[in-house]
Amino acid sequence: MTHGIPPIAADDHVLGPSDAPVTLVEYGDYQCPYCGEAYPILKAVQQEMGSRLRFVFRNFPLVDMHVHARRAAQLAEAAADAGVFWPAHDMLFENQDALDDRSLAHYGDRLGLDRAALVSAFAGRYDDKIERDFIGGIRGGVNGTPSLFINGLRYEGPRDVESIVAALRDSAGRVAQPAL
Amino acid sequence: MAEQMAPAPGAHLPPGTRAPDFTLPATPDQRLSLAEMRGHPVILAFYPADWSPVCGDEVSLFNEVLPEFHRFGAQLVGISTDGVWCHAAFAAERKLHFPLLADFEPKGEVARRYGVYRAAEGVADRALFVIDAEGVIRWSYVSPLGINPGADGILEALEQLSPQTHAEGAAA
Repeated sequence: MTHGIPPIAADDHVLGPSDAPVTLVEYGDYQCPYCGEAYPILKAVQQEMGSRLRFVFRNFPLVDMHVHARRAAQLAEAAADAGVFWPAHDMLFENQDALDDRSLAHYGDRLGLDRAALVSAFAGRYDDKIERDFIGGIRGGVNGTPSLFINGLRYEGPRDVESIVAALRDSAGRVAQPAL
Repeated sequence: MAEQMAPAPGAHLPPGTRAPDFTLPATPDQRLSLAEMRGHPVILAFYPADWSPVCGDEVSLFNEVLPEFHRFGAQLVGISTDGVWCHAAFAAERKLHFPLLADFEPKGEVARRYGVYRAAEGVADRALFVIDAEGVIRWSYVSPLGINPGADGILEALEQLSPQTHAEGAAA
């Protein structure tokens, strides 16, 4: 029924080598408490997997439910333009309880973004990209956040470090040793 | 008529069936009928209950995807056996931009007509119907109660319904 999520593209936010045997895509919302819970877990997963993992974050802001989600995503995209996406991503998840405009402006300063860049982000400069992430996710079967995909397949298992690492290793193993 | 019997699981109306008409309260003083929506695709999203966690996720998700449904000219309505005041509070809290219809009296009658009433629990199944502009069901899906079905199936059905509309919408 589903199209599958879009393949990794040049404007995706990627951590880890492009030839890693396994890719983990997260569809997330900076204000979603479950994404906040998953954040340290996914950090530990990346630590554990090292260069065998490519991690990708895509926007899936639920803006009617989370009033700050859109602007947080806009800030992260502005940061990406300035080459500091991951510091922004981490800062947002580490400060989930303070994502109001003033706090976002403060994070922008800490990230070294100039105010004009932030104003333009808030005015919608990156909304096309955010929207594309969202629609690609919807078409690929994302039904809430966080949604995780391992080598393109939806991961439905428990969201703890051991389970996710086991699933990633399993998937990586299958890539490395295709069934005869 | 089949209406009198609790439908067996999997007895939901299949594609090709004319969608049974209904008129249900959308607010304490307004009613909405399927016939009024003729001329556009309609998405009926039956769900078990306001406020339950999965339903909340499902309606909130559909709420966010609404602009995409509208690109196909489609209207979305939610239906559960909750009453109008419950719907009003739920819709306000979740900032929903689509109507929730109260299949409250006679309880679950519309869900029964669509074959998605769970008599044992007294609630509607988590079921989706995509109805074309002429009032014919073109796609239907019943999800396990605890699983949010997402919106990809609906979008695919809408796409197949009117590739042209979609292309125009995309170009606009």
